[in-house]
Amino acid sequence: MGRRVLLIEDEPNIIEAISFILSKDGWTVHTHADGETAVDRVRDGAPDLVILDVMLPGRSGFDILRDLREGAEAAADLPILMLTARGQQRDRDMAEQLGATRFMTKPFSNSEVLETVRALAAP
Amino acid sequence: MISFNLLIAVSLGYVAFLFLVAFAAERRARRDRGQWLRNPLVYTLSLSIYCTAWTFYGAVGYAARSGFEYLTIYLGPTIVMIGWWWILRKLVRIGKTQRITSVADLISSRFGKSTALGVLVTLLAVAGTTPYIALQLQSVTQSLAVFAAQPGSGWDAGEFEGAAIWIAVGLALFTLIFGTRNLDVNERHHGVVMAIAVEAVVKLFALIAVGVFVVWGMAGGVSEMLARIDASAIADWQPVPHRWVGLIFLSGAALLTLPRMFQVMVVENADEKHLATASWAFPLYVLAMSLFVVPIAVTGLNLLPDAANPDLFVLTIPLATGNESLAILSFLGGFSSATSMVIVATIALATMVSNHIIAPIWLSSTQTGAALSGDVRGVIVMSRRISIAVILALGYLYFRLSGGGAALASIGLISFAGVVQVLPAMIAGIFWRGANRIGAGTGIVIGFAIWAWTLFLPSFGAGAVLSEAVMAEGPFGWGWLQPYGLFGITGLDPVVHTVFWSMFFNTGALVTLSVLTFPNPIERLQGAQFVNVFENSAGARTWAQSAARAEDLLIMAQRIIGHAEAQAMFRQEARAQGIDGYLPEVTPDLIGRLERMLAGSVGAATAHAMVGQLTGSAAVSVEDLIAVADETAQIVEYSNRLEAKSAEQERTARALREANEKLTAISIQKDAFLSQVSHELRTPMTSIRSFSEILREGEIDAEARARFAGIIHQESTRLTRLLDDLLDLSYLENGQVQLDLGRGSLADVLDRAVMAAGVPGDRLALRRDSASERVQIETDLERLTQVFINLITNAAKYCDADRPELVIRARAGAETCEVDFIDNGTPLDAEAQVLIFEKFSRLADEGKAGGAGLGLAICRQIMESLGGGISYLPGQGGPAFRVTLRHRARMAAQ
Repeated sequence: MGRRVLLIEDEPNIIEAISFILSKDGWTVHTHADGETAVDRVRDGAPDLVILDVMLPGRSGFDILRDLREGAEAAADLPILMLTARGQQRDRDMAEQLGATRFMTKPFSNSEVLETVRALAAP
Repeated sequence: MISFNLLIAVSLGYVAFLFLVAFAAERRARRDRGQWLRNPLVYTLSLSIYCTAWTFYGAVGYAARSGFEYLTIYLGPTIVMIGWWWILRKLVRIGKTQRITSVADLISSRFGKSTALGVLVTLLAVAGTTPYIALQLQSVTQSLAVFAAQPGSGWDAGEFEGAAIWIAVGLALFTLIFGTRNLDVNERHHGVVMAIAVEAVVKLFALIAVGVFVVWGMAGGVSEMLARIDASAIADWQPVPHRWVGLIFLSGAALLTLPRMFQVMVVENADEKHLATASWAFPLYVLAMSLFVVPIAVTGLNLLPDAANPDLFVLTIPLATGNESLAILSFLGGFSSATSMVIVATIALATMVSNHIIAPIWLSSTQTGAALSGDVRGVIVMSRRISIAVILALGYLYFRLSGGGAALASIGLISFAGVVQVLPAMIAGIFWRGANRIGAGTGIVIGFAIWAWTLFLPSFGAGAVLSEAVMAEGPFGWGWLQPYGLFGITGLDPVVHTVFWSMFFNTGALVTLSVLTFPNPIERLQGAQFVNVFENSAGARTWAQSAARAEDLLIMAQRIIGHAEAQAMFRQEARAQGIDGYLPEVTPDLIGRLERMLAGSVGAATAHAMVGQLTGSAAVSVEDLIAVADETAQIVEYSNRLEAKSAEQERTARALREANEKLTAISIQKDAFLSQVSHELRTPMTSIRSFSEILREGEIDAEARARFAGIIHQESTRLTRLLDDLLDLSYLENGQVQLDLGRGSLADVLDRAVMAAGVPGDRLALRRDSASERVQIETDLERLTQVFINLITNAAKYCDADRPELVIRARAGAETCEVDFIDNGTPLDAEAQVLIFEKFSRLADEGKAGGAGLGLAICRQIMESLGGGISYLPGQGGPAFRVTLRHRARMAAQ
């Protein structure tokens, strides 16, 4: 059993792409498409890394990030990779301010994503 | 001989009879709303208070002194009644629609509810009417004196002189009881009107009885009487043209402006149709009153000694011939004339004094929201009662102080000339929208001053108020200000002189100042309502016009706050109500918000008035409101021009700031749009890039390869469609799209759309009604198909029912036809209904369907350019859209 990544994303094709890349590298990928229940899912699933989209149904990825960093039982050390189609500077700043471990924009290069995941989830 | 006691008994009995009549009338009025009391006959008879004791006794005296000139006093009203009834009708209509309670109320209300004008006219009316009330008291006292002077009457001289105060007290009592019995909204007094109608009959009967006695009893027939008239000095009398013209004008104008005439003619009027009867019946009454004047005068001149007062011939002739019962009847006639005038004049004046002087003072002196507490009514009744007592006391005082010297007729004319100063403001007020309060007020003040200087003050006699030197040479020796010869024009009769100059300057000031100054918006509105009273007082609007009303409100709002803002507001309101377009349902909330919005531009009061006029039972036309709005804008512009340079700079700076804010807002909108577009483009590109990288790496099986290639293809299609949609929407929004009009049937268009949508039956079952689709349309068929495809695929994508079903229903109207698309999924909530037509308005969990959220925005643009529309149809059990299209498309105005 490899290390576990939780992918919070709502676009089916992107889910499939990332799942494929990471699985091939030996990760166990769990996916979750709903913003509203995402925080609970992270708590319950205790993944080694979270890949988080911003434009999610129900709740914004930024809000989820804030909860994960500042809420009760905050997962302060959990590596979180923000992966979003919103690539403006202010989105980047926002993510940094809220405590994202890394910020990447879509479209992404597969190898970059893979390297980042490997780097962040290093034991 | 007639004893004092008998005379007093007869008078008391008569007064008791009047009380009974008034009581009975009031009781009837309460029981059956006084329908039978209010008939044209009673109305006409009540107008007869025009004929006071002055006419009853004084006309004979007038004829004895000046021949046929007394006729002018009757000719004026006759001409107005017959020839100018339309002025009266307008006054009556305005009185009713505006709930006018007096002349002062009419003028004040017309000129922007001006308190100052109300007070001014009230003071004028009191000043003009008090001498007249004194005159009535004097005539009753004089008539008593006639009886006392009879040899052997055995009266004490003091007895009848004290009588005046008892008469005044008695009249005050009657007026208090019947004049303030109920605070009717329209100030009607059934008892009083009935009593004065009865008095009208009594005085006419008395005068005719004396006349008949003189002609047939004494002269022995008509021909003999005519011969006696020919032989008398009256026959030699030559008319003075300027006096005739002046007096006819004066009496005609007085009919319109005398407070008591306004009271019976306008305020007490129950039905406009009564005026039609009165327009011929009242002149007839007046003719009957004047018929025997000359015979009585001639007989008196022949029969009685030269020293006899011609003003009392009506009494002295029966007495001199020993006809005592006729003398008593005649006394009652005079008594009737005097009392009815005093009663109505007092009621009219008391209404004015209490409404325009006492009530405003009381309201402003009590701060703690007195207008809300319950005792306002009590205060108004009390102030009305105090006013009545004060006015009668003033009349009595004037009577005591003036000593009763002047001839009856001259006091009457002086009084007329004073009250007539209201005429220019009244006539201009109801016929000329441009007349304003500055002009009206100044005109009245100037006219009033000229009247006081040239007629009222000199009437006390040279040396009494104005010294003889002033009378002869003018003040400070300025001859041009000589009271009887302004500007050096002498030789005119004093009354005509006053009427000419006062009317000249009064009207001149009114017209000049009205042209030179601006009316305020409330005056504008009131002016429109008064002048256009006949156009506007038609029946209330019906529900069917409610769409037009929303449109009226929009037109008005555009004029006041600008097109863009008004349209934005209305559109937003409509959208919040789930209505497409700019015309929301007119709800109380909408009206409230609109009012607040307008208040920012024109002030709360005006906004309230304007909106109220449009939404209430129409009183002012849209054109009037637009005129007000335009003029408000003009006034603002005018005053702005006069502002100092710094103010102008400040305004420029503010305009720049506003423009800047607007640009910033637009820029933010544009950024948001671009950011959304960017997001929408990046999402499919992400899949394409990622999968193409995977494919390039190799090392995957054939099945996965085929599947990934499929995804890449699917996403590039989505990308292309998104770009197409964006371009399409951009064209449509800019109005650059070329419509390709063609003819076809609705059924064909729907068939094509269903085919193109290619929705499998198990995904969405279609229910159509082919009969309803047999509608011929001329429009851009391709575009319409595009809209239908969109609606069908949307239903297929989003319908969440177990067995999805879409009902398509068409209904053709006269010019338009409606096509409804209703599926059985979960209906949209109110917020979503508003958002759904916005760009990128994909609702929460639509991501799976892969649309970019431009479809409905495009549909809406298409339908608008085809001259129709598309809207969400609430309350159908499931998501429902209604497409409205014209049978013949018309290019929407771009």
